[in-house]
Amino acid sequence: MPLSKDEVRHVAMLARLGLEPGEEDFYAGQLSGILEHIDRLQQLDTEDIPPTAQVVEIASRLREDEPRPCLSQEEALANAPAAVDGFFRVPSIQEET
Amino acid sequence: MTDDLTSLTIQDATRLLRLGSISSADLVTAHVERIERVDPRVKAYLRLTQDLWETQADEADRKIRRGDAGPLAGIPIAIKDVLCVRGVETTAGSQILRGFRPPYTGTAVSRLFEAGAVMLGVTNCDEFAMGSSTENSGYFPTHNPWDLERVPGGSSGGSAAAVASGEAIIALGTDTGGSIRQPAALCGVVGMKPTYGRVSRYGLIAFASSLDQIGPFARSVDDAALTLSLMAGYDPLDSTSSDRAAMEVLNNYGAGVKGMRLGVPREYYDVAGIEPGVKAAIDAALFILQKQGAEIVDVSLPHTDYGLAAYYIIAPAECSSNLARFDGVRYGLSEVDAPNITAEYSRTRRKGFGTEVRRRVMLGTYALSSGYYDAYYLKAQKVRTLIKRDFDAAFEKCDAVVSATSPTVAFPIGSKTQDPLSMYLCDVLTLGGNLAGLPGISVPCGTSDGLPVGLQVLGPQWGENVVFRVARAYEEASEMKAGVATPGPSPRRGEG
Repeated sequence: MPLSKDEVRHVAMLARLGLEPGEEDFYAGQLSGILEHIDRLQQLDTEDIPPTAQVVEIASRLREDEPRPCLSQEEALANAPAAVDGFFRVPSIQEET
Repeated sequence: MTDDLTSLTIQDATRLLRLGSISSADLVTAHVERIERVDPRVKAYLRLTQDLWETQADEADRKIRRGDAGPLAGIPIAIKDVLCVRGVETTAGSQILRGFRPPYTGTAVSRLFEAGAVMLGVTNCDEFAMGSSTENSGYFPTHNPWDLERVPGGSSGGSAAAVASGEAIIALGTDTGGSIRQPAALCGVVGMKPTYGRVSRYGLIAFASSLDQIGPFARSVDDAALTLSLMAGYDPLDSTSSDRAAMEVLNNYGAGVKGMRLGVPREYYDVAGIEPGVKAAIDAALFILQKQGAEIVDVSLPHTDYGLAAYYIIAPAECSSNLARFDGVRYGLSEVDAPNITAEYSRTRRKGFGTEVRRRVMLGTYALSSGYYDAYYLKAQKVRTLIKRDFDAAFEKCDAVVSATSPTVAFPIGSKTQDPLSMYLCDVLTLGGNLAGLPGISVPCGTSDGLPVGLQVLGPQWGENVVFRVARAYEEASEMKAGVATPGPSPRRGEG
């Protein structure tokens, strides 16, 4: 199923990819080609087949909930592009009123 | 003399170190000189880690003198740029992580450090391990040491090329759809992908979490087996890591193939696009294994034709979710002057992600988006079950599955970058192993047109020892050791 330019724009917006005008055609063409290959999956009858999310049988295992050393605030913030007073800094989420 | 020190196996180097004929510092010096000479052309390394190798070689030499050295004491290792090492810039081959210095070291790497390994540097890879040629690196492409105009494979191309060109004795890579085995094949070295869950993924920058595994590159099956045994085992920091004994990967692996049943899946043997020279090398390998007493049996993996399609839904879906964390807030590149947070995310990701990453994030986002989830993602997960069942049925009839690792030898740089699907097809023989969670290895099995060919051995889940056993028997009988390439002056001189 070919992907339209609008769909590419929508998906890029959902993923916050910041597509520039003009790139939609490039990606629409390539993604449509890949989806055309992927469409062969529809040939298979999988009505009674359970899905596999985790292929190896490993019982979920939780560690004891005990305090242990962790990163210091300074270490956790060391890679932050912008930090203020021990916090990550981000632009405001809401417009000022 | 120094070149002699850059073509050793772990076994060779350890003997010399324990005898006192060389020190770890000598071994490091020889490798650094070699890197200075060949890496301007091969470009396997993104960064060198002098501080680390000085400290680690010093400590290895002290421990060797004291007689309490670990199994990898003094062994130079290269680490793929997706594995976090405390304080060492780690970027997943991406501009979006430029400058990121992890505050911790991942489990697999720290276990090898504890065993005495000496880190030389960080190796190049496709951005976020997405690719089969290392051309998707956000920095520069790596060149195949056997022919500098060709790709080394990918995504762990830097690690494969480093071992193949004498720039490290062993290296770590990661394999999500073939990213260890395929570059190992194209560079003529040994590359091993363990069973999903064998090695902790803590400290691995995630691409597709249900498929990713860390594994070794080496010059011999023994070296790969030893390295894996030291990384494997339960880690409380990765809930998908198994508590099976790490050393079981070595069980009986030197026993030879006499009496073993080796399955040749007809869909792999005659896969579309397989080069005649590759097929001839595989035929010769099968003949050798048969002469060693293995029984070659015909098996079928009937859903092979659907593997690539299922993989290219599941892997991009997982990556679109994993890569959501790169938002310019906590680490890496950031466009902090954006007027609002949505613009900050979009500008950061527009600047930081390359074309292949964007392509896969869009594909994954689309497959997971409302209205398409059942048709794509759920369907692919069901087909994953069918592929797993194919392998289960095959392993009823045989102990291990053998095939080519890659349908082709190393291809010219630039020849597949315009057509993503043609690049994806590089992994058609390897990605089934990831979908089914199987251990697999690629070992050198001769050449075609002067370029290395790899033989792939896949085993049942937790059957690393079976995989090593077949690979080692082949290596021994064929005398097909991983060679070390000395790349000539680059025909593309001036490229950088």
